[in-house]
Amino acid sequence: MATTAAPVGSARNGAGPEWGGFEENIQGGGSAVIDMENMDDTSGSSFEDMGELHQRLREEEVDADAAAVEEEDGEFLGMKGFKGQLSRQVADQMWQAGKRQASRAFSLYANIDILRPYFDVEPAQVRSRLLESMIPIKMVNFPQKIAGELYGPLMLVFTLVAILLHGMKTSDTIIREGTLMGTAIGTCFGYWLGVSSFIYFLAYLCNAQITMLQMLALLGYGLFGHCIVLFITYNIHLHALFYLFWLLVGGLSTLRMVAVLVSRTVGPTQRLLLCGTLAALHMLFLLYLHFAYHKVVEGILDTLEGPNIPPMQRVPRDVPAGIPAARLPTTVLNATAKALAVTVQSH
Amino acid sequence: MAEAAESPGDPGTTSPRPLFAGLSDISISQDIPIEGEITIPVRSRSRESDSSTLNESVRNTIMRDLKAVGKKFMHVLYPRKSNTLLRDWDLWGPLILCVTLALMLQRGSVDGEKDGGPQFAEVFVIVWFGAVTITLNSKLLGGNISFFQSLCVLGYCILPLTVAMLVCRLVLLADPGPVNFMVRLFVVIVMFVWSIVASTAFLADSQPPNRKALAVYPVFLFYFVISWMILTFTPQ
Repeated sequence: MATTAAPVGSARNGAGPEWGGFEENIQGGGSAVIDMENMDDTSGSSFEDMGELHQRLREEEVDADAAAVEEEDGEFLGMKGFKGQLSRQVADQMWQAGKRQASRAFSLYANIDILRPYFDVEPAQVRSRLLESMIPIKMVNFPQKIAGELYGPLMLVFTLVAILLHGMKTSDTIIREGTLMGTAIGTCFGYWLGVSSFIYFLAYLCNAQITMLQMLALLGYGLFGHCIVLFITYNIHLHALFYLFWLLVGGLSTLRMVAVLVSRTVGPTQRLLLCGTLAALHMLFLLYLHFAYHKVVEGILDTLEGPNIPPMQRVPRDVPAGIPAARLPTTVLNATAKALAVTVQSH
Repeated sequence: MAEAAESPGDPGTTSPRPLFAGLSDISISQDIPIEGEITIPVRSRSRESDSSTLNESVRNTIMRDLKAVGKKFMHVLYPRKSNTLLRDWDLWGPLILCVTLALMLQRGSVDGEKDGGPQFAEVFVIVWFGAVTITLNSKLLGGNISFFQSLCVLGYCILPLTVAMLVCRLVLLADPGPVNFMVRLFVVIVMFVWSIVASTAFLADSQPPNRKALAVYPVFLFYFVISWMILTFTPQ
């Protein structure tokens, strides 16, 4: 056992000179050096058995009956003589190489360190970038610098989710198919990732010099204005105030993003297409966030101030008898329900 | 190299080696037990304790685990800068707290009008995925805390909010009104601040000193969302 254990031990660590070349070939995944015909199934030294053998060997390293177990293994696997030993070593090599490849693939793809450079920020930097996202820069002849980090945008998206939850709760929004949290997360992340990808695709069509990471960062920081506006207007429900903030704050952050994109695009048509699309989507998103999760009471007051309701709708249809006023806010936000509620209230 | 070959054959002559010594060049962490020390235990000692705990009665095992969980609860309720939660991390406490919170936040009716409230699965998913996200964020910012240690700390620091949930449910048995709401608001705010202080006391040391604010902000958002779910909970 000792004579065969020595090469096995060196192969295990992979540092032995006689097995060094063999290792390289296995890791390349191309041609195998050792003739595999020697490994027949009757000897029992299959790939999985080698793996189990290794597990057992490692666990009982300091155990008193390790030697006995190895003898049992030898008898169980039916290996006799040199042929068995050789195939066992080959299977051992295969196991080692396979494990090394798997661990390498795992550490390559499941490694979160890939994202580490994008989170390398200081609090002062995040603060300055948040403030700069509201200040449009006039210089459009020279490509403006975009910080390629993901911490700020990610935190802003989560903050928007939290603010949206707050707004949905105070407006008693009912989500029939799904959950409040799921809707909030889906809306915010969907906007950030979806619109970034769409604008990146448009930028590719318009030959703009911007990478996906920069687009994600730009749009993420553009959500800072949305957070401010929604935080204020979900608590103070004044339409005039909302429109003012929508134009001012939303407009400022949109102008900043537009200025950056214009500085990185050549040609008037391309600039118009790219920046028009981004501006429209950004401003409309803020409008949508405010009105979709607005207080239902405000909506009813709005329809009272609106144009005259045609006489046809004054006939109450499908209104349950004796609907109490307290249950009105809990009805689903749609125009028919609002009109019916108005007609019931006006009686 | 030679020791690896010799140890199967000569167990008596070599000294006991740590279990994972031969795996120093592999980056996968395998076979980490769910409860126990993060530092690598010496094999022979843990082998003896394993065989001895295998033969004890179930009651002893459960009581030992419950005592460990209770001890960590005390550490959360009186947060000091100590290493207990980080050294002997376990996920039983967070599981108990999360299940309790999710059960209490569940609404009774299925087809009621207000079915926009959080159900069990939603609360569960929010707590665990929120904790995972915060852990990934703190690791990416350069913190030197392990994944499960961070999950353990964040889970245990939900304890004040679970207490707030219990208090809110008791308060809601009384008449609803503005006073009721103010009492609940005050309790939830106090417990929210307590949670953040507790988790900061445990997590702050693992971050680089100038980036503590960056790591604490998502914790703030996480506990804010949970506090909001507790505050806006109204029973059927």
